[in-house]
Amino acid sequence: MPGLTGKDQVLTTYANKLASLDAPKGRSLTQDALRRLARNKAAVVSIAILVLIIVTAIVGPYLVPWGYAQVDWSNIRKPPNFEVGHYLGTDQNGRDMLARVLQGTQMSLIVALVATLVSVTIGVVYGAVAGYFGGRVDAIMMRFVDIMYALPYILFVIILVVMFGRNPVLLFIGIGAIEWLTMARIVRGQTLSIKEKEFVEAARAGGVKPFTIIMRHIVPNLTGPVVIYATLTIPEIIIAESFLSYLGLGVQEPQTSLGTLISAGAPVAEVMPWLLLAPALVLVTMLFCLTYIGDGLRDALDPKDR
Amino acid sequence: MSEKEPILKVRNLSVEFSLPGGGLFGAKKILKAVQNVSFDLHEGETLGIVGESGSGKSTLSRAITRLVQASGGESVWLGQDIQKMNSKQLLALRKDIQMVFQDPLASLNPRMTAGAIIAEPLLTHAPGIGKAERTARVAEMMEKVGLVPSMINRYPHEFSGGQCQRIGIARALITRPKLVVCDEAVSALDVSIRAQVINLLMDLQKELGISMLFISHDIAVVRHIAQRVLVMYLGEVVELGDAEQIVSNPQHDYTKKLIAAVPVPDPKVEMQRREVRRRMRREASAAA
Amino acid sequence: MTLLDVKNLKVDFITQDGIVHAVKDLSYTLEKGKTLAIVGESGSGKTQGAFSILGLLPKNGRASGSVKFDGKEILNLPRKQMNAYRAQRIGIIFQDPMTSLNPYLRISRQMTEVLELHKGMSHSAAVAESVRLLDAVRITDAKSRIHMYPHEFSGGMRQRVMIAMALLCQPELLIADEPTTALDVTVQAGIIDLLVDLQEDFGTAIVLITHDLGIVAGTCEDTLVMFDGRVMEYGKTEDIFDRPQHPYTQGLLAALPRLDKQVDRLSTVSYDFMTGAREA
Repeated sequence: MPGLTGKDQVLTTYANKLASLDAPKGRSLTQDALRRLARNKAAVVSIAILVLIIVTAIVGPYLVPWGYAQVDWSNIRKPPNFEVGHYLGTDQNGRDMLARVLQGTQMSLIVALVATLVSVTIGVVYGAVAGYFGGRVDAIMMRFVDIMYALPYILFVIILVVMFGRNPVLLFIGIGAIEWLTMARIVRGQTLSIKEKEFVEAARAGGVKPFTIIMRHIVPNLTGPVVIYATLTIPEIIIAESFLSYLGLGVQEPQTSLGTLISAGAPVAEVMPWLLLAPALVLVTMLFCLTYIGDGLRDALDPKDR
Repeated sequence: MSEKEPILKVRNLSVEFSLPGGGLFGAKKILKAVQNVSFDLHEGETLGIVGESGSGKSTLSRAITRLVQASGGESVWLGQDIQKMNSKQLLALRKDIQMVFQDPLASLNPRMTAGAIIAEPLLTHAPGIGKAERTARVAEMMEKVGLVPSMINRYPHEFSGGQCQRIGIARALITRPKLVVCDEAVSALDVSIRAQVINLLMDLQKELGISMLFISHDIAVVRHIAQRVLVMYLGEVVELGDAEQIVSNPQHDYTKKLIAAVPVPDPKVEMQRREVRRRMRREASAAA
Repeated sequence: MTLLDVKNLKVDFITQDGIVHAVKDLSYTLEKGKTLAIVGESGSGKTQGAFSILGLLPKNGRASGSVKFDGKEILNLPRKQMNAYRAQRIGIIFQDPMTSLNPYLRISRQMTEVLELHKGMSHSAAVAESVRLLDAVRITDAKSRIHMYPHEFSGGMRQRVMIAMALLCQPELLIADEPTTALDVTVQAGIIDLLVDLQEDFGTAIVLITHDLGIVAGTCEDTLVMFDGRVMEYGKTEDIFDRPQHPYTQGLLAALPRLDKQVDRLSTVSYDFMTGAREA
């Protein structure tokens, strides 16, 4: 409080003291969790493989001899052939499989990333608001979620496609807009328990505004469940994307995604196994990695829960 | 003290909670958590509120400052009824009345540094001051509650229970409140650390001239820290008076039972007290 | 006759941050039918010291040293043999009675099961014996209450039921870990008085683990004060309260606000006896 006698004097002294103060940084919970994660071998290996896949998917297309839409008329439905640069063979249209797998991986990753971001953002804010305010607000907001749940998401996506035309970005948003429902429910449940904690009550007693309490005290403490659930959402989204592409609602030719490649390769797996094996291997590896990372994060963020 | 107008006057304050009744269409049950509580608190005074679990002592403290909605009665702070304040007046009140909570670790946000936690009330009530001054005030307050200011960037889990409670006290005092409500503020602490925190609270109170509502289930602690004591049982005040008087000469049956139950760390005294308790139990069962 | 003889007990925990020595050196003896209080603050190792005796350590815990029960070494016994001791000869009471009561079973079922299994009693005899024990822990109207579920009892009542269950097989030793910490003061007094009476009536030896010096005073013959995994002071309760020898015990006693004496200022415990202070 300014104006108190001698106050400025005292504060100046402290300010001077602070200048020479050597205040070591503390270890935050996140740092702690990362340290624990770094000790989890399965998670570390998974992260390394995943990073490798991501980097390859981004850089790879520039290094391979064929483009993903380029047709090699002399090599149609050919198994791997190193001499002409079709390292994974070609598909029924004579397009290089390696280039297509790289492009498909890229597409699937982008879908997963955008849709997860959308679902996390909406889900966290929505769930935290519903949980914090409780009562009637909570009841109305969560009943809306229940109604959305009852709506088949295929229907929702079809409506979107009919209204706005075929557009991959729209598709991602559509998937994200469905996936947030579960996130909102998880976050709401967590918020209900966090808001009973004394530090939230302390903030209320101190006159902090509700929105500030949600953003400063509740959301940061949701990190654990949100991160864990998000890692589990990514595979779900990749699978949902494959399904939609299979129905012809998703990614359009000549662009492709892992799901599209697998659905195209599956019927001919006996005659041309290379069409199925490569994309399937990438997808399975990615899903395994994400599961291990999710597990590792759960153990790292909630060491008590083991 | 009595000639001066009390800073806080509580009159007939009641709190009711409605519990969901049995079944889908069952009538809601009303739980009377606090019933018709009245007391005065003077400047610089400590009033102890003693009661066991379910006595409504915590609910009472929250109803006074309107963290819980009261169902009736008034709490008058410096001549103004808190229950009728608008949001602006309420914000000003939150600066004047601060709380210290029971669980030292749970009352601190685990994702914020000690410095950020202590500074938070300043962000709310004095948003104008600069970062440097805020840090300086936090450091000053840390030193005052016996923490080394160089720990300002550490996180709650890096402190011991006693240190966490000191952070909680620093947060409560940084806005220079007129009243501090301590809700079981020392109950979760070990004996040796409890003594340090009690001494700290008493020293700070004397130095800063604040009033205190000290809520606890432990009448020995309350007697030590408070001048007057209010005993609550099942939501009602059963006894209110001078701390020494209540301990040495309790009037109400419940107070007598409570005082007889408090263990005394002296084998000979405790043997006698057990006999007293046995007799009380026999009398109670004979009466029933 | 020595019932329990603990020598140089050590308990370590292997954690991600290295090995934590919870108990560094703990030795005591308990005669048949006697009572011992183990007093310490949080982190003193008092609970881990007792749990290791019963083989109740978490997976990452290791105990070493020697624990003789009735002359036989019982530390680190195989689970099966340890279970036999725990079921028949050593009773345990925890701080939270709900951890050992199954919320979905009636009290009667939980009590008679033990008797039928370990004592080979008939069901009706087991019910009669259970009612007798509930009476002994002063649960009024035990005959009808025995058929209730745990949640229908109050906290203090549940703790009484726990005590009755711990006494079912007439154990020679009862280990009570903070049995009254979660209870109100008035209820606590009742439970502590009950423990004292039961010890007199049944002749059970009791190890009472607590942080509260107050409840020890009138309860136990011997007292052991622990700090930082070591024994600070061990002796007759009266001596420890009247003439505490160790600075830590002296400090603890002086730091306690008490009803029978009023002081202006509580003194605080000084940890000068330790090399390296514990807390600022």
